Amino acid sequence: MIIEEQFSTGESFVHKLDPRVKIIVAILFSVVVAVSSDFLALLPALAVSLSLIILGKLSIRKVLYRLLLVNGFILFLWVFLPFTYKGEALFNIGPLVGTKEGVLYASQITVKCNAILLAMIALISTTPISTLGHAMSQLYFPDKIIHLFLFTYRYIHVIFQEYRRLTNAMRIRGFISGTNLHTYRSYAYLVGMLLVRSYDRAERIHKAMLCRGFHGKYYTLSQFSIRIEDILYLSLMLTTILGLVILQWKAIA
Amino acid sequence: MESNSLIINLKDTSFSYSGDKLILDLLNFQLHSGERIGLVGPNGSGKTTLFHIIMGLLSPSSGKIELFGKPAHEEKVFREARKKIGLLFQDADDQLFSPTVLEDVAFGPLNLGKSPDEARDIALKTLARLDLFDFENRITYKLSGGEKRLVSLATVLAMDPEVLLLDEPTNGLDDETEEKITDILKGLKLSCIFISHNLDFLFKTTDRIYAMANGKIFLDEALVPHSHVHTHKFGRLPHEHKS
Repeated sequence: MIIEEQFSTGESFVHKLDPRVKIIVAILFSVVVAVSSDFLALLPALAVSLSLIILGKLSIRKVLYRLLLVNGFILFLWVFLPFTYKGEALFNIGPLVGTKEGVLYASQITVKCNAILLAMIALISTTPISTLGHAMSQLYFPDKIIHLFLFTYRYIHVIFQEYRRLTNAMRIRGFISGTNLHTYRSYAYLVGMLLVRSYDRAERIHKAMLCRGFHGKYYTLSQFSIRIEDILYLSLMLTTILGLVILQWKAIA
Repeated sequence: MESNSLIINLKDTSFSYSGDKLILDLLNFQLHSGERIGLVGPNGSGKTTLFHIIMGLLSPSSGKIELFGKPAHEEKVFREARKKIGLLFQDADDQLFSPTVLEDVAFGPLNLGKSPDEARDIALKTLARLDLFDFENRITYKLSGGEKRLVSLATVLAMDPEVLLLDEPTNGLDDETEEKITDILKGLKLSCIFISHNLDFLFKTTDRIYAMANGKIFLDEALVPHSHVHTHKFGRLPHEHKS
């Protein structure tokens, strides 16, 4: 299974929240954190997302593993930014001079990234994907985005199976990948075949949907009901986010 | 509607995919209300194409189509007809596109304008009719092949069609699931056309078997149900035949 949805089931406070509330909070929080630049706002933001993870009673080990994947990319920033950013010299390795501004900039990005990621894990991945789709439709997201989202979820598995079938077909006929033209050509055929098959499948699915009366509008079964806890949580989080905005504002003013 | 009114009427219909070989060649075909027809024919003989033409998914290069007495040459007429004709695709993965079983079965009823509550109700009842209990929250891509086929059938039946077009419904199923589908289909009071290579299945579920070859349809006299010496799995063991 390639989409595991490890965090989507649970009984915690965060799991029970109305998915619409979670989406609104996650989007506002991410935007505010992404445009903030001062540690006075960023560090409290990181604390807020950590508290969400704790509220969601998620396995710390699994969360750390996910963070590790993303921080692998951030490591590259630490390799380059301190040495390429102009500013006051802080340290040097041989002829390379690391600047204070570069280090600050890299740590700023690290804190931002992790704060947003943790909030997304706590709020978005604690919601089953199909529920997310429906919540998005109730929040008036464009139909096309929702279709894309739900179809990707449904068919990525089918495409993956098709990929496996094709690679198995190659393997049972003695294919071993190597650094040669035969390998490149075979993989090109594989990718091309996957594209063609996915395209064909998309057409067949569309036809099957037409047969069942589809005319461009996607109706959903779920009706969410907002509880008093949801409203309280929403107001609390909106206040917190506003607080972050004020902190950032004061820092640059 | 009177008992044997004409539901599907194809007159001199021709079709080819890219202008070369004719898949359907001046084909004439009629389905009357209450008729149960089996359709056999070699691979590539145009059986699936015929279904897609009836549903308006492909347009014939020439000829006339009438559905429920109305000439059908534009999307609007087909759109109405699709509410009354259910088509089951060969590959269940084409048919089941929603994340959960309940949503997929409710998709048709919702498109027909039912409220979410009504659609949920219809979906649950249809699943229960096919003995698919506790399936509603299952994830469609995690179902087994047989389960996928049964759920696909449920998605079509949930729209309460008058006509059922099934494209190889028993293909790739184990004996038990095949028997289950056969029993369900025998019990339905609908007009239907079943494409299958499984003559045993067609004899049990249809009244008449047509053969397709060279882009035309023939009533194959040799395919009128009759008994004869036969072979099948585990035939050496003592066994009985159900009618």
